[in-house]
Amino acid sequence: MAAKSIKIRAKFKEGVTTVKALLTHQMESGFRKDSKTGGMIPAHYIQEVVCEVGGKVLMNAHWSGGVSKNPYLSFKFDGGEGETLKLTWTDNKGESDSAEAAIS
Amino acid sequence: MNNLRRLIIKGSMAAGTLGVAVSAGLLMPTTVLAAWPANAFGAKDMTEGLANLLGSSDMAESGDIKIKAPDIAENGAVVPITVTATMAGVESITIAAPNNPAPLVASFDLAGGAHGYASTRIKMGKSGDVIAVVKAGGKLYTAKKGVKVTIGGCGG
Repeated sequence: MAAKSIKIRAKFKEGVTTVKALLTHQMESGFRKDSKTGGMIPAHYIQEVVCEVGGKVLMNAHWSGGVSKNPYLSFKFDGGEGETLKLTWTDNKGESDSAEAAIS
Repeated sequence: MNNLRRLIIKGSMAAGTLGVAVSAGLLMPTTVLAAWPANAFGAKDMTEGLANLLGSSDMAESGDIKIKAPDIAENGAVVPITVTATMAGVESITIAAPNNPAPLVASFDLAGGAHGYASTRIKMGKSGDVIAVVKAGGKLYTAKKGVKVTIGGCGG
């Protein structure tokens, strides 16, 4: 995948960190037809997204091809001020990418 | 006679322990690597998929789960969904759209102080319900919201 497939924004406010992330991925469900060849477009989507803070897994998401193209995800957790968040995704072809962002 | 019996029992026990050790050793890395539950997300039936993912399809409707989704989605390829669960001890949030070819869409396992909150954008092939299943304290709770889709997002 392209070098920068992940955009993360992590904001700390009143004891709670809100994480918003935007990933770049075609998220092909495998249910679409290719109009040129008439065949099915093979599935290619992110299966797993892991968010860690300080080496601890906070959120582990499993996705199917039903998540929209260029997926967006958001979650919240207690604490996290001044720490670094690491997000890693892996798709069904074994490709993966990860990025880190400081929580501000 | 008795001796032979002892031998056979001993032999089968040894083989048994060996088999267990081998399978445990072999299974350990795969369970860690292939955590993605293919039998759950590949299921064509939502109840079956949820049962495969969460270990049970026995769930109670709950008013503590709020699903924020548009009443009418103009584009089924991008339907923003936000699930907020206010109960204590939320372990996971699962989002499903029963009218999709693969009804299970996303599942968020939450740990280490994560709130009962998950937001994402999903595809919806047809109008229908969006179902959220929240696992909290070992029990399953559910809520749903109808979304009308004017252009499907799964077909080609």
